[in-house]
Amino acid sequence: MQRLRRLVWKEFLELRQNPRLFGLVIVAPIIQLTMLGYAATTDVRDVPVVVVDADRSPASRNLIARFDASRNFTVIDTVATIRDVDRYLQRGDAWIALAIPQGYGRGIQDGRSTALQIVADGSDSNSTTVALGYATALVGEYASLLVGPQDAAIDLRVRVWFNPELESRYFMIPGVLALLLLLVTANLAAMAIVREKELGTLEQLNVTPLRRWELIVGKLLPYGVIAFIDVLLVTAVAVLWFEVPFRGSFLLLLGTSLLYVLCTLGLGLFISTISDTQQQAMMTATFFFLTPMIYLSGFIFPIENMPRVIQYATYLIPLRYFLVIVRGIFLKGIGLDLLWPQAAALAAWGTVVLALAVARSRKRTA
Amino acid sequence: MTKAMAVYRKELRQISRDRRTLTTIIFVPAFFLLLYGYALNWDIRHVALAVQDRDVSPESRTLISAFVNSGYFDRVADVRTPAEIDRVINLNTARAALVIPEGFGRDLATGLTPQVQFIVDGDNANTATTVIGYAGNIVRGAGASLAPDAATPQPLVTVEPRIWYNPELRSTLFLVPGLIAYILMITAVISTALSIVREKESGTMEQVRMAPIDTFSFVVGKSIPYFFISLASAALIIVAAMTLFGLPMRGNWLSLLAALSLFIAGALGTGLLISTVAETQQVAFQAALLTSFLPTLMLSGFIFPISSMPNFLQLVTHIVPARYFLVALRGIVLKGTGLALLWPEMLALIIYALAMLTVAAARLAREKH
Repeated sequence: MQRLRRLVWKEFLELRQNPRLFGLVIVAPIIQLTMLGYAATTDVRDVPVVVVDADRSPASRNLIARFDASRNFTVIDTVATIRDVDRYLQRGDAWIALAIPQGYGRGIQDGRSTALQIVADGSDSNSTTVALGYATALVGEYASLLVGPQDAAIDLRVRVWFNPELESRYFMIPGVLALLLLLVTANLAAMAIVREKELGTLEQLNVTPLRRWELIVGKLLPYGVIAFIDVLLVTAVAVLWFEVPFRGSFLLLLGTSLLYVLCTLGLGLFISTISDTQQQAMMTATFFFLTPMIYLSGFIFPIENMPRVIQYATYLIPLRYFLVIVRGIFLKGIGLDLLWPQAAALAAWGTVVLALAVARSRKRTA
Repeated sequence: MTKAMAVYRKELRQISRDRRTLTTIIFVPAFFLLLYGYALNWDIRHVALAVQDRDVSPESRTLISAFVNSGYFDRVADVRTPAEIDRVINLNTARAALVIPEGFGRDLATGLTPQVQFIVDGDNANTATTVIGYAGNIVRGAGASLAPDAATPQPLVTVEPRIWYNPELRSTLFLVPGLIAYILMITAVISTALSIVREKESGTMEQVRMAPIDTFSFVVGKSIPYFFISLASAALIIVAAMTLFGLPMRGNWLSLLAALSLFIAGALGTGLLISTVAETQQVAFQAALLTSFLPTLMLSGFIFPISSMPNFLQLVTHIVPARYFLVALRGIVLKGTGLALLWPEMLALIIYALAMLTVAAARLAREKH
């Protein structure tokens, strides 16, 4: 125990000697959270629209004003012919062009149906789909105002649970917690060990009377502590600044974070056993572990949209389970009675990866 | 120039010794493009739906099959009580639930308007919005066929949408340019940042300082190998995207090459600058993460639309080079936009690259003395 304490102390001293690193592991998560918290909205708002008004009637101006007044659209310019639309869409300055044909105003007066043309830039397929939906809804609403109110055959009452205002922030920010823990702990732990390899000091540690497990625990523990601080910090910012609802148990969040950090630190240790230089460790970590985890865990892209084969592959990603857990605790307030399969998966993953890493490092030094 | 060549040769030799890093930089990006191009999309299909049918009439069955036959919903559970709905949604077994009340069929037959409840798990706001849209359309369609008397007259204004550049709205075509930017940023920044910090850590930087090499030659010699490696990697990605995902090439190849080169030069400059600030590779890596990857992922318009961000953040995106690169890349590849329209973006990339390289060189020169 004495030896272990010394080693942990040494590791902390090394962190302290490197004030930039120390600052980064504390400051970086806050900057990242703020950036992600504000940027990571998949909401589509203020879609830039360019209008071709060939009618120039009070009715057409009325319609344009409706688009501009909606918070979903911003009319950036009005041009004379559809040919002028090109440059706006090509440069991406406008996503949508709304063309009002000549005779539109008269048509409405005479009760004839008029078709508006909407040209959309399909290169951003997701936002375009949403923007087209908004445009159709806006025009539909406007059209029904023109003919007077009518009843639909079936009255659909939609209720949105957990996030009634449909704020994508509430979904993204708990995810950021999971992502940050991964970024901070896995990399730093891997590099801390490979660094000793590169400098040759790992040899020295190996000949000290330290036992294998003491060495590993001692190396990893400081990063575990940093992770713990990050959890507190990020949760505080999420709840106090971004006002993300926290409906579940904080203790459960801490407990499951511990399991998750076990996985990420184990992963870092594993990467360190398969790398000789820090450059290699970093490349391996970023390319083979972090990037796939970010994209395939459901952090941004829903898993249920992926092809079957890949959906099965995502079961290998610990971030996937932890995302379900944090989102469940934050938004749904559910407890261990529902989350135990995810928690068990994390525990299993962590144990396996730690065992693998320890086995590999033993073979190398033997 | 001969001095720069000497540094270049030394760096090249060092890279070629580390086979794993070299293969990682060149081949892995193309492999990733395959994986992500295939795996990622926003198209929402097969939404897991729980159904509580309290009417059990021919009409209620028609409504349910309208949901299932739309292809957007999969009926995963039949539930009896509200508590069960709670459970399936909490467990993520179902993302939405449809509740058809008692008397649904009778109301329709007598011309009353029955109320149908549709519950959505709102945790992912984006998916939820789309799902609500689907449900609205399906219910409207089913209502029209179940109660034809209530059918609405032809509306006075209709919309004829036309979609340019990507008529099938395939998300791959949208994601691939973003992935190219992301992958290039990682390779270019990490490799240069680390290659210099490594020399600092292992003490060989001292030797370089003693050698009669000026900063300019050093910077050029250090970055040129990585410039070509990144360019090769980009070429491989683009060819893979074109052959496998049908990414079109509607613009000019030379403009594409220019945009790629400028972006890579800026990224290499960022890497060099980081290397002058960082003393250890750990710090370099964290700094790269903070200043390059995350902004490229989050603030470039790659995934999250810039126009939806708060104003101050929109201002911040102006210093993210990937923002300009993406407009240029999407413009050239998908829209066939020429430099006549894209010059502001190209100019921004040139300024960024020059600024990064100059500041990095100035800091390196100061360190030498």
